[in-house]
Amino acid sequence: MFDLSKNYFELFGLPVDFILDGEALAERYRELQRVVHPDRYANASDQEQRLSLQQATRINEAFETLKNPVSRAQYLLSLHGIDMQAEKETTRDTAFLMEQLELREALEKARNTDDPQAVLDELMDRISAMIRKQVAQMAIHFEDPNPVNLQAARESVRKMQFLNKLLSEAESLEAEFEDML
Amino acid sequence: MALLQIAEPGQAAAPHEHKLAAGIDLGTTNSLVAAVRSGQAEALPDAQGRHLLPSVVRYTPDGVIVGYEAREAAASDPLNTIASAKRLIGRPVSDIKSLGSSLPYEFVDQDSSVPRLRTVAGDVSPMEVSAEILKVLAKRAEDTLGGELSGVVITVPAYFDDAQRQATKDAARLAGLNVFRLLNEPTAAAVAYGLDRGADGVHAIFDLGGGTFDISILRLNKGVFEVMATGGDSALGGDDFDQAIAEWIMEQAGISDDADHQVLRQLMQDARAAKEALSSASSTELDIAIPGDGRWQGRIDRETFYRLADPLIRKTISACRRALRDAGVEAADIKEVVMVGGSTRMPRVREKVGEFFQREPLVDIDPDKVVAIGAAIQADVLAGNKPDDEILLLDVTPLSLGLETMGGLVEKVIPRNTTIPVARAQEFTTFKDGQTAMAIHVVQGEREMVEHCRSLARFELRGIPPMVAGAARIRVTFSVDADGLLNVEAEELSQGVKAQITVKPSYGLSDEEITGMLQASFEHAEEDMEERKLAEARVEGMRVVEALQAALASDGDRLLSDDERGSIDAALAELAAAIDADDAEAIERQAKHVEEVCEFYVERRMNAGIQEAMAGHNINEFE
Repeated sequence: MFDLSKNYFELFGLPVDFILDGEALAERYRELQRVVHPDRYANASDQEQRLSLQQATRINEAFETLKNPVSRAQYLLSLHGIDMQAEKETTRDTAFLMEQLELREALEKARNTDDPQAVLDELMDRISAMIRKQVAQMAIHFEDPNPVNLQAARESVRKMQFLNKLLSEAESLEAEFEDML
Repeated sequence: MALLQIAEPGQAAAPHEHKLAAGIDLGTTNSLVAAVRSGQAEALPDAQGRHLLPSVVRYTPDGVIVGYEAREAAASDPLNTIASAKRLIGRPVSDIKSLGSSLPYEFVDQDSSVPRLRTVAGDVSPMEVSAEILKVLAKRAEDTLGGELSGVVITVPAYFDDAQRQATKDAARLAGLNVFRLLNEPTAAAVAYGLDRGADGVHAIFDLGGGTFDISILRLNKGVFEVMATGGDSALGGDDFDQAIAEWIMEQAGISDDADHQVLRQLMQDARAAKEALSSASSTELDIAIPGDGRWQGRIDRETFYRLADPLIRKTISACRRALRDAGVEAADIKEVVMVGGSTRMPRVREKVGEFFQREPLVDIDPDKVVAIGAAIQADVLAGNKPDDEILLLDVTPLSLGLETMGGLVEKVIPRNTTIPVARAQEFTTFKDGQTAMAIHVVQGEREMVEHCRSLARFELRGIPPMVAGAARIRVTFSVDADGLLNVEAEELSQGVKAQITVKPSYGLSDEEITGMLQASFEHAEEDMEERKLAEARVEGMRVVEALQAALASDGDRLLSDDERGSIDAALAELAAAIDADDAEAIERQAKHVEEVCEFYVERRMNAGIQEAMAGHNINEFE
């Protein structure tokens, strides 16, 4: 039965794990939306329309959560009883924080260099590599979800939040450069 | 009224009835209606064989004229002839004033923020003007198809904000239409093309109409259209190219911009003619009326036109670039580029778009008709005429939705390009000790400061228990439905005090205003209203009966025990009896009763559907 107590992984018939088959997720998502989407109930009773809206909304939310590695990790942590105060938590890894500071400065200076796009490309490559590294580590932590590993995964989520924010800043800078072309 | 038939358990209900449905492209310059007939979606012509209906409405003391005839009067009777109502719909007066001299109408000065235009037939809102166009198209469809429409799909630019969508829906209500769905224009175009070709992959839809520009990136996968990103400019279109040419002529001919309405209108038409001529010729002659009965002769060549047009085209290309980035794809990943909208007829636009995407854009469906055709296909699906159809559209929010926080900053709750329907909650807290009320200001847009975003609604949550600053927990939930319309709810979590608002833009119409306009348009007494109410209750009651009969016929035996089936049939019979009697309230009561009795069945059906979809998959296959 489809019930609201099912977790997002069960909803898509996928194993509860950080490593996930993105193709299968997308395919299940489409199959479920085919059944519950409000377009299927345009002629139905108000009650069915409400139910369909509610379920389509939940399936969208589940898909969004599982698709993105950071939200997936956070969701997995919550299934293991760790509710992160995502926005408020921050890492205490000083080496990591120093590196962030340095990257941010480089980003700010990119604008005034001879070839801002090239500088930006290099920075974005670096950030992306760091993100890939964190994702790989998360996968290892969740492989054996004991308390120590779960805390390590939590630390990875905190770092990922920094990195994602930095990447989106780099992207908006890139957008700015492109619009000037 | 004839007795309703109820099929015996286990037997099929009446053979599936084809419901009449239409797709309407409510355009800035021209509008169209299309429908699926004998399996083919096609635009429906008027009695003279013309498919387009100019989106021009002329108010005269003797009545309302819509279309070609109204357009011809645009220059001679500019104040009573409203063109481009789509540029005004759902916008506050302040916005419209900034649209400038291209709108030679007389706006009524008033307190209300809904703009009203003064005409000889009284003051009208842009919603009412659009409703006149919708009425003509709906009538054309009903005359052609030979019956009443069960519902319509109306297209809107993907980039329309919540206020513009809501206003479009209001216009349809004023026209007495049942709106199945508001559909984004580029998505409609994709449906029209996608079905033709069955081409899976990522596509770009470039839609440059008379007054709006949209770019959508979408993925087509086995009949599912997933919008990945959308962007554009709700105030950029072919009219701006005309305006640029007109301004150039004014400069050359020494016409000042405070010249009278008639001269300016005529000039806009001449500018448009020049633009169209330059599609095939390398230069064209100009012969322009100037104030004081004189004329100015000159010529404009293609290079001059390019100089005027290229900055506008560049804006569209920037939006394409942003949309690609939002979708996370490169120009090279795009399988096909579909051109939509009359303004994509300009060879310069095709050339520049082709350059950017590095491929020849598709133009084989008439760019004027493609949106209406897609809307007609979707209307047919939503009417339930294709129960086994494979198409499903998954659309997104075009603009971020958020709340004002301290210091006039915007906190985004739902980012742009989030798949709808969607619901997101965010918690906020109080700023002062003992604060008992909180003002919720809902805004839409990408900028960080409230003043740069569009204000959608304001409401207050009262009755927050007094606590120290920062201790209260207020959860604000945003939900966007499948039409892209927003609902906002605020709740204080410790005591459960709630406040809720369906976002009606501050410059839209209230329900009372709409009811008032509808009543005025029926211009009569109470018994007519009673009659209408009964008729509406019957239609609604029949809808419940039909939906349920169809459901029972398809899976009633499988999903229901005899007892359960018995109680549903009994409730259904009571509703049928009520529909046959003359009491609107009794019909509503019985319809509600049926829904209550069927609640478990509705859920069971949906679950069965989900289980079926998931059948054959199990966790092991991924391990």
